[in-house]
Amino acid sequence: MLIFIARRLGVMILTALALTFIVFYLTNLPPNLEKLARTEGSVRMTDEAVLAWIDQNGHGGSVFGRYAQWIGLAPGWVLTDEKGVTRGRCINSTNTPETAATYCGVLQGDWGFSTVFKKPVAESVMQKLGSTGWLMLAVMLVMVPASLLIGVLSGMREGSRTDRVLSIFSIATTATPEYVSGVILVAIFASATAGISPILASWGWIDSKTLFLGTATSAMDGITFWNFALPVMTIALYGIGYIARMTRASMTEVMTQQYIRTARLKGVSFGNVVMKHALRNALIAPFTVIMLQFPWLLNGVVIVETLFNYKGFGWTLVQAAGNNDIDLLLGCSVVAVIVVLTTQLISDIGYVFLNPRIRLS
Amino acid sequence: MTESTWDPSKPILEIENLSISFFTRMREIPAVMDFSCTVMAGESMGLVGESGCGKSTVALAVMRDLGKNGKIVAGSIKFKGRDLTHMTEEELRHIRGSEIAMIYQEPMASLNPAMKIGAQLAEVPIIHQNMDKAEAWALARQIVADVRLPDPDRILHAYPHQLSGGQQQRIVIAMALMSKPALLILDEPTTALDVTVEAGIVDLVKDLGVKYGTSMLFISHNLGLILDVCDRLCVMYSGEAVESGNVREVFATMRHPYTQALFRSIPLPGADKNSRPLVAIPGNFPLPHERPQGCNFGPRCDYFQDGRCNAAEIEMSTVAGDDRHQSRCLKWQEIDWNAPMQRKAAKEKTPVGRVVLKMDDLRKYYSVSSGAFGGGAKKVVKANETLSFEAREGETLAIVGESGCGKSTFAKVLMGLETATSGSIMLFDENVQSTPIQKRNIDTVSSVQMVFQNPFDTLNPSMNVGRQIIRALEIFKFGTSDEDRNARMLELLDLVKLPRAFAERMPRQLSGGQKQRVGIARAFAGGAKVVVADEPVSALDVSVQAAVTDLLMDIQRENKTTLLFISHDLSIVRYLADRVMVMYLGHVVEMGTTDQVFQPPYHPYTEALLSAVPIADPKVTRKRIVLEGDIPSAMNPPPGCPFQTRCRWKSQVPGGICETQMPPVQTLAGGHQVKCHLSAEVMASMEPVIKIAAE
Repeated sequence: MLIFIARRLGVMILTALALTFIVFYLTNLPPNLEKLARTEGSVRMTDEAVLAWIDQNGHGGSVFGRYAQWIGLAPGWVLTDEKGVTRGRCINSTNTPETAATYCGVLQGDWGFSTVFKKPVAESVMQKLGSTGWLMLAVMLVMVPASLLIGVLSGMREGSRTDRVLSIFSIATTATPEYVSGVILVAIFASATAGISPILASWGWIDSKTLFLGTATSAMDGITFWNFALPVMTIALYGIGYIARMTRASMTEVMTQQYIRTARLKGVSFGNVVMKHALRNALIAPFTVIMLQFPWLLNGVVIVETLFNYKGFGWTLVQAAGNNDIDLLLGCSVVAVIVVLTTQLISDIGYVFLNPRIRLS
Repeated sequence: MTESTWDPSKPILEIENLSISFFTRMREIPAVMDFSCTVMAGESMGLVGESGCGKSTVALAVMRDLGKNGKIVAGSIKFKGRDLTHMTEEELRHIRGSEIAMIYQEPMASLNPAMKIGAQLAEVPIIHQNMDKAEAWALARQIVADVRLPDPDRILHAYPHQLSGGQQQRIVIAMALMSKPALLILDEPTTALDVTVEAGIVDLVKDLGVKYGTSMLFISHNLGLILDVCDRLCVMYSGEAVESGNVREVFATMRHPYTQALFRSIPLPGADKNSRPLVAIPGNFPLPHERPQGCNFGPRCDYFQDGRCNAAEIEMSTVAGDDRHQSRCLKWQEIDWNAPMQRKAAKEKTPVGRVVLKMDDLRKYYSVSSGAFGGGAKKVVKANETLSFEAREGETLAIVGESGCGKSTFAKVLMGLETATSGSIMLFDENVQSTPIQKRNIDTVSSVQMVFQNPFDTLNPSMNVGRQIIRALEIFKFGTSDEDRNARMLELLDLVKLPRAFAERMPRQLSGGQKQRVGIARAFAGGAKVVVADEPVSALDVSVQAAVTDLLMDIQRENKTTLLFISHDLSIVRYLADRVMVMYLGHVVEMGTTDQVFQPPYHPYTEALLSAVPIADPKVTRKRIVLEGDIPSAMNPPPGCPFQTRCRWKSQVPGGICETQMPPVQTLAGGHQVKCHLSAEVMASMEPVIKIAAE
């Protein structure tokens, strides 16, 4: 077990290095750096001045060297310009060239400085990740039980009316992208002029103009049912359909197995056949899919957070990309890579415990 | 219903004129028609027939578990006087598992992989007797001990995959016995098991039947097994019972042509491929919706009379004088049942030529790791150990042994799918031992070919038969043009006695036997000199087996092919092999001509193997030697002689050297080799396992 985890961690580190290098290379392409120089320096800089700026701000040299500095494996750059001012990667407002550390990269906890938020990257990414964490938690709490229930109910009697109704529901929800379902939900529940809100308001059942809030900005300060339900439902609906279909397929297959017949002919009632004999076997396949939903959620939130103006990880990613904030983008990618690889490790270990037959090698 | 209202002298199970159909969107498919049988208390009833004859459908109908499409369209099934066909789900639930229990063909598939054995067993009394959990587990422990499993406590806390196939089947039996049912239905309970394990299970079932007074409905395609276990039997053909009666009576004086044909197509002791070949039943089993008018067996029957046998439906008629003996034949009184069977012309014995294949001290080891997450100690599995033999041109060498004995590994090494760890394989004076199949030249590849066990999986389902054979010819670079290859393909179809029109057919349109013929045609496409047949007929029905074996023998005679016949079925090996090699845990324990191996002196393992094979002939008496325990794991073989853990002769060897030393290969008279410590005197004192009573 320990050897397995150690080996997996090793592979994870290599994967993380490879992925972050790709992102680093793409975000540090020369046109990007020129754009950065013009936004940071002056828009009217000459081409020569731009090149000089790039060199003087530590963006010159080979991409590998800069990547090593960013990671924190190579000493940060230090340059003294013609005015005698020494600047460097590790020198900022709180220290002097003399007291600054030699290495300052991701490994040392220095994730760089966000040009959009004017804050250190680590601080803003962690704060935004916390907000997204709440969103993901809420989505998981809604999505997993609902989808498993729908999947098991429709899979236990294949072809029955329950199965068909639930299948239509899950196919419909999973076929609707979030930017469509989000808009529909807002129109129905959170519009002062359309959907059910005007009716409820005219009956005097609700005090405000709309039933739910069409924006989740207020959820940043305090989560309530009314400001959080719509973004959660938008993401969960899509996932519910998807996981329910997976669970249904797995359940129908398990229900045709011979050990289910054995149980039935032992005199076990149908409810117990499903609960005691089929369920655990049927959950093995959806478990992997559920664990794969974590990375998907991290990306999925981009649209929903922008749609509902919820300042979380996805929203930050959009801001960083839109404003050429290289350090912030890199920070986001590091977080995403770690989340993906960790959930997959948990998924593999959990799989072993769920399925007594499995032996990883 | 309780015991008090049921009279034990009445039948436990009474099936009357039962008809079952399956309904598809296209049509109604009758699966069982007008089936009647009666099982008395304590009696065991055998249902015999080929696949598709409806015997399992009858069993499932008794359990009322025919699925969504199956319906009982007529007749009644009375269990202790109550009609099961009109019971509600709830009433059935109380009977299932408590009064009628079932044992299935695939023990692995019938146990829940994610539940502990103990929980699966204890569930039965918890449901039916409202027993509390601790008491149910205690009962489970007792029953597990009853089915003679070692270390019941460990087994109760194990998962099914941690047990061997034989142990799993014992657990399924234990599960069926948990609530002491009045009727036990066994659907091919030993088909998936090895013969020595089968013998143990059969003994267990018989003893438990006596101990608990359980009636049994025993379904099998194996006539020998039915003779061993049952009191009465019912032979089924194409959805109908064609003959029923007392087992010994039916076996001795059968009164239906199908039963007779069935017996003539199975290799009983005395049959011989040259002097007394088997007689296959001509034609094919009719599809359920294409049954002929009148007698279903008519088109394949030797005694068929036009205008009479195919005029109207035939009723069961009682054979006078015998014990409830019935036959569904119009002519049973007219047929001379004692007439000797029309002998097929005896065939020349194939002359044996030069040595084409020689293996010398071949070893094949695998290394595997244990532990749930990779890691753990590396272990070496010795799949083949010091394998040496020669095979000559035109010879049939049978390789016999139970699963895990290394016979399939040996085939893989010979084919080049794996390379040997050490030793040499000489094929026509060329060493091919360390050449994997990708690097062998076309000549070598085409001259060593294989016929596989399961014809259903070895043909490409999306390519027609002709194309598949031509593909093989292309790979072997046969001929110069497509016309050449097409002509050769048609010749090959002639060779395997398939109509030329079959070239256009898709594999799904063929029956099992026909598919196996295509497999044989493909193997011989490149003029193979050595053919490895890995259980080529074990997936086929008895009546088809005879025809396919015959075909293999004919092709061998014509082409002087060397046939390596891998099988666990000793009856068929005795019938067709010239020489036999018996393997156990990777070792060759005995090798000699067929007569030498099947007569004493035996290797103790061969002796047990021979005694375990059920023989469908009441005239044959055989000594029962039931091996204790399972085959040891090849990962962890016992020290000394590999067979010492189960050997009944071990005490005859002085000094206990069986446990410490690998026995030497003793060469007895006529080149008969036995790997055993037993002295020549002890060997000479062995008695034959099978005795045929004088006729």
